[in-house]
Amino acid sequence: MGLFANKRQDGNYSMSQLFFLVVLRVFIGWHFLYEGITKLVNPDWTAYGFLNDSGWVFSGIFQNMANNPGTLKVVDFLNIWGLILIGFSLILGFLSRPAILGGILLLAMYYLSQPPFVGIEYAIPSEGKYLWVNKNLIELAALAVLFVFPTSRKIGLDRFIFRAGIEENL
Amino acid sequence: MDENNKSSRGRFSRRELLKSLATIPVIGAFAYGFYKKTNYDRLLNSSILDELGMNQSSSLRSEPITKGKKIRIGIIGAGGRGRDLLKGLGFVEPQWIDKTREAAENDSANKRYEEYLEQEYLNVELNGVCDVFDINAEKALAAAGNPERKGTDSKPGHQAKRYTRYQDLLNADDIDAVIIGTPDHWHGPITIEAARKGKHVYCEKPMTWTVPETYQVREEVIKNKIVFQLGHQGRQTESYIKAREAIQKNILGKVNLIEVTTNRNSPNGAWVYPIHAEANPETIDWKQFIGPAPWHEFSLERFFRWRCWWDYSTGLSGDLLTHEFDAMNQILDLGIPKYATSSGGIYHFKDGRTVPDVLQTVFEFPQRDLTMLYSATLASSKNRGKVIMGHDASMEVGNTLTIKADRDSTRYGEKIKEQVIDPSRPIFSYIPGRKNVDAVTSATEQYFAGRGLLYTYRNGRRVDTTHLHIKEWIEAIRTGGSTSCNIDRGFEEAIAAHMGTIAYKEGRRVEWDAENEKII
Repeated sequence: MGLFANKRQDGNYSMSQLFFLVVLRVFIGWHFLYEGITKLVNPDWTAYGFLNDSGWVFSGIFQNMANNPGTLKVVDFLNIWGLILIGFSLILGFLSRPAILGGILLLAMYYLSQPPFVGIEYAIPSEGKYLWVNKNLIELAALAVLFVFPTSRKIGLDRFIFRAGIEENL
Repeated sequence: MDENNKSSRGRFSRRELLKSLATIPVIGAFAYGFYKKTNYDRLLNSSILDELGMNQSSSLRSEPITKGKKIRIGIIGAGGRGRDLLKGLGFVEPQWIDKTREAAENDSANKRYEEYLEQEYLNVELNGVCDVFDINAEKALAAAGNPERKGTDSKPGHQAKRYTRYQDLLNADDIDAVIIGTPDHWHGPITIEAARKGKHVYCEKPMTWTVPETYQVREEVIKNKIVFQLGHQGRQTESYIKAREAIQKNILGKVNLIEVTTNRNSPNGAWVYPIHAEANPETIDWKQFIGPAPWHEFSLERFFRWRCWWDYSTGLSGDLLTHEFDAMNQILDLGIPKYATSSGGIYHFKDGRTVPDVLQTVFEFPQRDLTMLYSATLASSKNRGKVIMGHDASMEVGNTLTIKADRDSTRYGEKIKEQVIDPSRPIFSYIPGRKNVDAVTSATEQYFAGRGLLYTYRNGRRVDTTHLHIKEWIEAIRTGGSTSCNIDRGFEEAIAAHMGTIAYKEGRRVEWDAENEKII
């Protein structure tokens, strides 16, 4: 079963460990889902401004994405639906492992587009003060935690989907 | 696995099911929260927009040109601005195509080439070129021969005729209309003569250099029934049109003060233009350049940087105040001010110029209970917007438009108290073509773009306002329609600018006697 299988899947957590891991998963899912849906319902939303505001070594790549109308359309589409699907997936615990990897990829792109490095200034103001570590990076690390401490087969639709595997484990 | 599932379905207990569906209520909570939030935003937005009676959609369409006869054009004055006008008309030299195409290949953000190719064909022919500088004339001839918008790799097409005297161009039978892109001191005389010859005129701003010729230009344009357009391309800017709508809907309440500005901070912005290497008394018809101006011996500085001398120019008043004035006249129908006072000086560019580089002009419109303050410097590029200040709200206009309610407003007082309106945030903001890509280059260009003088949007695409302004003129010639910056608006613009200049030069308050149409 490749990606979906994990020897350490559903290790034994205490009740409180499981509870807070699920809370973390649901909260991040909520955040992704809302980010995605607000973009979906705003006809004027585009990643253009964000991409064009890119700094550091990858700025050329991100700005190229922004300035090619065809690419921009694809980027906008993937971003919106990526956020929404990952959001649903984390909340419901449905195919959580690929969703977590997708989320990490998205967050890595956001981070690399506008890393809070010394000497790089951005036109779009950030809502807090950051040096090297920003909320994108923290959310990315939290997703990595969820990846190594999976919960969707305990609490989530994956429990139903992969129940055969669970039964074997039981 | 399917087999497995089927066989194990019966054994999937209620407890198991609960665990797998435990987080589903979160989706319900999310949906409820999202619904509440969207409703709140929609209510807020619609109650504000209902109150204002404005909508945020863009209503402007660019109509395709009408079929009909080809309009035959001549250009008099084909220097920097003159060639911009030709570009708006659909003619650039093949070298420009090469250069811009290459720039676009090297930088995907550079859309100038693509935009030019997309610019609508106006069904015109460029038949005559007149410039006192040979190089300018040659460039314009090359542009005239390039209606197909090709690079140097293709053969030149149509051959336009070069005229060394503008009078001969005005006499030509194969020219219906002229574009005047000369220095200021020639605008009036050439317009007057063109009108007498029955040629339609697109004239760069300011309309005139002296007061007396202002009356003459108006008289001849009206008498000879020519189609006249003054070169305030801001008339085509979408946000100005939207701003006018906001004024008509009285969103700002009573307006007593308008503040408009010019800020530039580069040699180019201060009219210190480069001197062409091939310019000399052989390639420049100096005597014709001087024309109605006081005689001066040959000077390359004066030829290329003529805006720095009153001898040929109208200074900040004619060059930049007029754009701001016309924008406000477009938005508020101001007409000619009753009084003008000015102050300023040559404070930064002490290069022998006679026109000021810092200028404040105050126009009073007592009949409207309104003051318009113009403030300019050529030695700081701090951005100050055009601001129209009303009792209920203030509006800032550039390429975008922002309206904020006044915290002490009478009209919005209730809604501010109910927290429906937040005075620190716009109650209306209008960003035309917000999904489009801007790639403006030089500082001067950025200044113009910010001022709404470079580009605007039609049908969601960025277009050159100069092109739209010329198109409006061409269509008016073809269909007998009217132009937005017609002779009456031009007359108001010229008189206002002259009042500001006289006030500066004479250090006094200048008055407009509306009854007798005289500056006193």
